[in-house]
Amino acid sequence: MRITLFLALLFLNLPGASAGIEIRHFPSPALEKRYQHLIEELRCLVCQNQSLADSNADLAEDLRDEVYAMLIEGKQDQEIVDFLVNRYGDFVLYRPPVKKTTALLWFGPFAALAIGALIFWRLVKRRRLQSAEALSEEERHRLNQFLHKEE
Amino acid sequence: MLKYLLPLGLFVGLVVLLAVGLTLNPREVPSPLIGKPAPRFQLPTLENPNRTIGADIFQGKVTLLNVWASWCVACRQEHPFLVELARQGEVAIIGLNYKDTRQAARNWLANLGNPYEINAFDADGKVAIDWGVYGVPETFIIDPKGIIRYKHIGPITLQDWEQKLAPLIRYLKKKS
Amino acid sequence: MIAEFGQLALVIALLMAILQAVFPLAGAALKVPIWMAVARPAARAQFLFLAVSFYCLTQSFISNDFSVRYVAEHSNSALPLMYRIAAVWGAHEGSVLLWALILGLWTAAVSIFNRGLAEPFVARILGIMGLISIGILLFILLTSNPFERLIPMPPDGRDLNPLLQDFGLAVHPPMLYMGYVGMAVPFSFAIAALLSGSLDAAWARWSRPWTLIAWSFLTLGITLGSWWAYYELGWGGWWFWDPVENASFMPWLMATALIHSLAVTEKRGAFKVWTVLLAIFAFSLSLLGMFLVRSGVLVSVHAFANDPERGLFILIFLGLVIGGSLLLYALRAPAVKDHARFSLFSRESLLLLNNILLVIAAASVLLGTLYPLVLDALKLGKISVGPPYFSSVFTPVTAPLFVLAGIGPLVAWRQGNLAKLWRQIRWFIPASLIAAAIITSIWFDPKQIKSFAALACAIWLASTSLLPLAQRVHLRQGWRGLKQPTGFYGMTLAHFGLAVFLVGVAISNHYSTEKTVRLAPGDSAQLGDYRFVFQGVTEQEGPNYTADEGTFEIYAGNEKIATLKPQKRFYPVQRNIMTEAAIDPALSRDIYVALGEAMEDGAWSVRLYVKPAVRWIWLGGLLMMGGGLLAAADRRYRAIKPARQADTLTEHALTVKG
Repeated sequence: MRITLFLALLFLNLPGASAGIEIRHFPSPALEKRYQHLIEELRCLVCQNQSLADSNADLAEDLRDEVYAMLIEGKQDQEIVDFLVNRYGDFVLYRPPVKKTTALLWFGPFAALAIGALIFWRLVKRRRLQSAEALSEEERHRLNQFLHKEE
Repeated sequence: MLKYLLPLGLFVGLVVLLAVGLTLNPREVPSPLIGKPAPRFQLPTLENPNRTIGADIFQGKVTLLNVWASWCVACRQEHPFLVELARQGEVAIIGLNYKDTRQAARNWLANLGNPYEINAFDADGKVAIDWGVYGVPETFIIDPKGIIRYKHIGPITLQDWEQKLAPLIRYLKKKS
Repeated sequence: MIAEFGQLALVIALLMAILQAVFPLAGAALKVPIWMAVARPAARAQFLFLAVSFYCLTQSFISNDFSVRYVAEHSNSALPLMYRIAAVWGAHEGSVLLWALILGLWTAAVSIFNRGLAEPFVARILGIMGLISIGILLFILLTSNPFERLIPMPPDGRDLNPLLQDFGLAVHPPMLYMGYVGMAVPFSFAIAALLSGSLDAAWARWSRPWTLIAWSFLTLGITLGSWWAYYELGWGGWWFWDPVENASFMPWLMATALIHSLAVTEKRGAFKVWTVLLAIFAFSLSLLGMFLVRSGVLVSVHAFANDPERGLFILIFLGLVIGGSLLLYALRAPAVKDHARFSLFSRESLLLLNNILLVIAAASVLLGTLYPLVLDALKLGKISVGPPYFSSVFTPVTAPLFVLAGIGPLVAWRQGNLAKLWRQIRWFIPASLIAAAIITSIWFDPKQIKSFAALACAIWLASTSLLPLAQRVHLRQGWRGLKQPTGFYGMTLAHFGLAVFLVGVAISNHYSTEKTVRLAPGDSAQLGDYRFVFQGVTEQEGPNYTADEGTFEIYAGNEKIATLKPQKRFYPVQRNIMTEAAIDPALSRDIYVALGEAMEDGAWSVRLYVKPAVRWIWLGGLLMMGGGLLAAADRRYRAIKPARQADTLTEHALTVKG
């Protein structure tokens, strides 16, 4: 089943590295920038993890056409993104939306930074209070041996 | 002691996650259209360019909408199953012919049999985008009120039919 | 015949690995010297048989033996010889064999270069590496045998994926695997130390050069991979945050943390437990990467053909190796005493900060990579986590590292002097900002605040990383100050390389320009300071492809600076179309041209890029690698007298065990 599906997908997605290169005319450079930005942040569904910008798959080309047409029509970026999300789901977004299920994804690293700071503080404080020597006597002795041999 | 066991605990969780991951298919994207009315469209039929059909075709009966193309390898593999299904007549089968040419599609149906009551002809694939199609074949089940109930990606196998599609179709029929 | 020979060699290698694991480990536990003595010969024999096996597979490729399934699926008689050889590791089966071979190579190296290590310690290290090898060889023989025959034999092979028919395939995987697998050495050192209870400064000293060398290879491998993707994939990016790239980046982050933490453990005897844990993590993430790439749980541009059965095998292997070592860690680590003392502001505390940040960075990459899987497993929907996520999360986590790397080497061990440091560096802060402002306003656009900040950071790091050297020269009043241990130069070079890398990122990410144009022969297009004149397309015949080759003349003003010939190739065997971009490289900028589609009247759609300073990214990677190797070459790692040290460690090990 998986294999056949893979074949089906393969057929749509000629593997190989030729990014879709189309000529598009934009009334303004700002619009072109928005277009480029949009197709870089949207995922091509049939490909092996490529953005719409990077893919030469048939569907990616069609979707680039859609994005372009909507931009020319004067739609806002959010409307265009919503158009695709309504059809394909959050999967098309390389920048996952912030919602309950992605809270850990978005805030996890920053929570980790806070925890990291806490750990740092606690460790350093404990180390400061301890009075024992840095190296045990034996270790110091052996390290000295090395250091002598180095000279 | 507990803090030394923490890495092991996290790792066990990771292994469980990865084991579950092995049973999943990362390529299958669930459709956000499930439970929503079928997208509206107006398309000429494959059979007759002058006749158009739209989403009202789904009203009043359980429908199986199959997205296919004559150039699609996996569709050829799925086709005999659809022909057999049409013969049994359990569900109305409507085709959405995707980015094809009329001639090629008609030849295909003439040669391999025609399971479809009627085919919408989507030459540029724009309607398919509204349906969230990303690879052919794909199959939708639509209830008598025109609500999409299920989407199957890839060719339907006997197992898929018996385990997922057939029970759903029977349930929808009974409910109406 | 040669394929059967290769398989036989592989089976013998497995037997050797079993000998290498069982006897030395048992011998070390039961104190039977003669069992321990099995370790070295078994390790070397294992490597020998792996080399024979690998040679047999290579020979099957060279001689176009399409009765071997793996050769038939990934080679073709028209494939040039160089790619036929590289094709050995161009797909799953052969690349695992390469993995095993490289593990054998590291094992053999440890069996030779272990002067000064106590016999039970060597026996344990080699035994653990033998255990890892058993797992990998069983994996090859049971699920991924590259020597399997194909009957009937096809007339020709299905060819190597054209994407891989490139010099990059010859160098990137071997270097990357040297790094990945090299992490097995500090891992085995750590496990051996846990087993024997001899976690001390001496253990760190032995681990350090091995870790540095493996880290250098990993750095080189990732750098080469990035460079290859840049010119081969055809859209000018150098890092895509693809799961497979992340799989190589996570061990790198962890290994970077490890080399810094090893420094503390060696110099100050502190962080022992933490260092052990990092050594376990670094290798674990290598193995996890192997699972992610080969099991098909994630979708990636670079993934191998997927097979859940192989995935299950690797997962079990992973569970045993990592689970076992973390269990051992949980049992042994609480007994390790660590009395090192340092102040809030000291080299130790800064290195601790470095470690915390690097581990958080690695954890963030792991989180982003696995998050789609987590949601899918919990039936909470499918999402994609891509470059926009990683750049918004990764930047704030790593930014402090770039700032701290400049300060760290200036601060004394145990007790740093904040006032003194401030006196040393206070002028560097405004100087970096001013320099960045000057550079961006002359060549680029200072209003791009992100690139301005990154550039200032890079200048800060570059200048402060040279400061300790300048101080030493100053202190010794002249060139005698240049006579420093190579370890010191290694660190300086690596930090400087990091700054060079950051310059490349800052400038190329923000100031690259691109344009897609339709050009008929004779037409020209302007992008930035450069004019591209299209001379038309000719047909070219390659060894196993046909190509449309465009000719572009590049002018800066009226001066012609380069002629670029990008190709669009058609590979008939796989019916594959590939764009081969053409690049005019320079340190200041790359000019990059890719052919699109043929249009009417001999015109083509063409994509043009000008990417300033993009080479600095890989130059930085190479400098970091050089720094790692230089540090590993430090005299003090070679100056250990064998006999004395062996005695103390043995005694120590026994007392702790007893």
